[in-house]
Amino acid sequence: MSTTTHDHAGHNHDHAGHAHDDHGPGKGLSRWLFTTNHKDIGTLYLLFALVMLFVGGAMAMVIRLELFQPGLQFVNPDFFNQMTTMHALIMIFGMIMPAFVGFANWMIPLMIGAPDMALPRLNNWSFWILPFASGILVSTLFMPGGGPAGGWTLYPPLSLQAGNSFPFTIFAIHLLGMSSILGSINIIVTIMNMRAPGMTLLKMPLFVWTWLITAYLLIAAMPVLAGGVTMLLTDQFFGTSFFQAAGGGDPVLFQHIFWFFGHPEVYIIILPAFGIVSQIIPTFSRKPLFGYAAMVYATASIGFLSFIVWAHHMFTVGMPLAGEMFFMLSTMLIAIPTAVKVFNWTATMWRGSLTFETPMLFSLAFLFLFTIGGFSGLMLAIAPADFQYHDTYFVVAHFHYVLVPGALFAAIAGAYFWLPKWTGHMYDERLGKIHFWLSAISVNITFFPQHFLGLAGMPRRIPDYATQFADWNMISSIGSFGFGLSQLLFAYIVIKTIRGGRKATAEVWDQPEGLEWTVPSPAPYHTFDEAPVVK
Amino acid sequence: MAPTGNGRLIFRLAVMALSMFAFGFLLVPLYEVMCKITGIGGRTNAEAATVSATQEVSERLITVEFVAVLNEQAPWEFRPTVASMQVHPGQLYDTAFFARNLTDGALVGSAVPSVAPGQAAKHFIKTECFCFTQQNFTAGEGRDMGVQFMIDPALPEFVDRVTLSYTFFVNRPETAKLAKSEAAAGSTT
Repeated sequence: MSTTTHDHAGHNHDHAGHAHDDHGPGKGLSRWLFTTNHKDIGTLYLLFALVMLFVGGAMAMVIRLELFQPGLQFVNPDFFNQMTTMHALIMIFGMIMPAFVGFANWMIPLMIGAPDMALPRLNNWSFWILPFASGILVSTLFMPGGGPAGGWTLYPPLSLQAGNSFPFTIFAIHLLGMSSILGSINIIVTIMNMRAPGMTLLKMPLFVWTWLITAYLLIAAMPVLAGGVTMLLTDQFFGTSFFQAAGGGDPVLFQHIFWFFGHPEVYIIILPAFGIVSQIIPTFSRKPLFGYAAMVYATASIGFLSFIVWAHHMFTVGMPLAGEMFFMLSTMLIAIPTAVKVFNWTATMWRGSLTFETPMLFSLAFLFLFTIGGFSGLMLAIAPADFQYHDTYFVVAHFHYVLVPGALFAAIAGAYFWLPKWTGHMYDERLGKIHFWLSAISVNITFFPQHFLGLAGMPRRIPDYATQFADWNMISSIGSFGFGLSQLLFAYIVIKTIRGGRKATAEVWDQPEGLEWTVPSPAPYHTFDEAPVVK
Repeated sequence: MAPTGNGRLIFRLAVMALSMFAFGFLLVPLYEVMCKITGIGGRTNAEAATVSATQEVSERLITVEFVAVLNEQAPWEFRPTVASMQVHPGQLYDTAFFARNLTDGALVGSAVPSVAPGQAAKHFIKTECFCFTQQNFTAGEGRDMGVQFMIDPALPEFVDRVTLSYTFFVNRPETAKLAKSEAAAGSTT
């Protein structure tokens, strides 16, 4: 008898009286539709993110194809703008956030010795909102007037000029936000209430810590976005004037509301990546993480600072000098806890016996390339210089360095790291290494030239450009095609590992630390029914 | 097996999410206050100010530039009658903006002022302004609309140039009301 039918029969409340061991996964499609198992839901999130990686990636390919040469070749400017807008929305809300929630679902219960997430049915719901919300978002591309084309930041008045797609976009964002908030509540309750005996807060693996802080950031930031887009909606349809100058509103207010959400969102995306890398680097250095407590406090201070720096996204709106100074200096302050992290990862490797399996390679690339993104962020934080860089390809290069070889590489590293635990099979190390080198080289060919383009003055979100930018754009496009194709190899490796491969041991790696390595590979459907004791 | 204390924590987290939703809306009045204090957004007084006649006139010369803005192909001809003026802080000056209704129906216009740089906004004092009231235009009508202003001598030292811009909007609700009342008047005669 499956868990799901069991739940539906209404016997869930007296689970305590049942033996859990005989519950296997359900049969067929209903297993996935009605599952309340954290491993199933984790898998759903991860596979969904993988699919969306290619949906958003295809949009990026359209963008780079059009920018391959100056002039308009393939798409009209309006469709180009829809692509830049949708690429960002899909990649942020549909790909990278679900990917990290998938990691959280799979790994947090295993890492803290809990049998499942605290709120399993809410968990099912958090996931199943996602495909529908993303479906609504993608469907706007097929509506009269096309999808949203005013940039993912949805600044009014431009975003209010969208056609029929506008209310659908807003509704999709509401749903995506709701999904993340429900997921976050679940994660916090799990971490706070379901740790195995002896697993004190300061013994938790760093991935769990980063997710705890991320979940709080989500609960604090997502509702503000929901409020902001609700105001857009009422401005458009119910005659309010929050952002309409004609009625006494101010469009700049939306920018403040948006970035009050938007900047914590940046750390919502990167903190779980920090967590994954903090699990991988010690494993392949065969040393415990250097400065564990410092890492926890650095994560917490990044979380706090992320709420007071938002206006550095809008230095050019005409702020008083004191405002520019405050946001410039507080932004630069974030470099300190981030530097603590980079230092500690490096110090973890110091005199370790390093090996370079694929997860470690991706983590090292993360360390180097994320730091480049951090430095360009520091350059952008300098208010007087930002007037030059604002809305240029330098900004595009900056945030792609922190998001692609930053967050995405960490997610890929985590996938390689835990795939053997999830599937029971080792991935193909040779193909994994090929995937790494192809990705690491092509990602730099794609995004490094964009720094030069931005400094030379190429604005972002344009389908055509002056011929002086032609060479670097062509190189960037070639790199992006390479990067896109390399990710097909990743999908192939993942599918191949799911279907078979060398059997993985329970430990998988060389004496890794953590409770997840004490259960067999693949992890049984139910784990830690008896809470492990942590010394 | 459900650990105790889940309910309380869930409740607290849900309250946190809801209060952050409310906080998003609280940012609206907070922003208003911040704008008043700092002059962000270049807002000037929305109602006529009074200045004492014995205001001391400063020797400083400030350039005031006038800008007329139309959004979304608004059906107006709209321009300042002079592009800029040299003014002494503490003295009252008059100028005008010209607007013409380019449609063949009556329109109600509303002007929204903005002053740049923001730091000058609260020192730019308007004693009379066409932006204080709605402006009714018959079909094809064009006329000058007056502004009387004074620069407060307390204007920060580093400002030597102030830009006053107006965006002229069609006040759609009022225009609809006007059309309706005219139609009603037309049907009675």
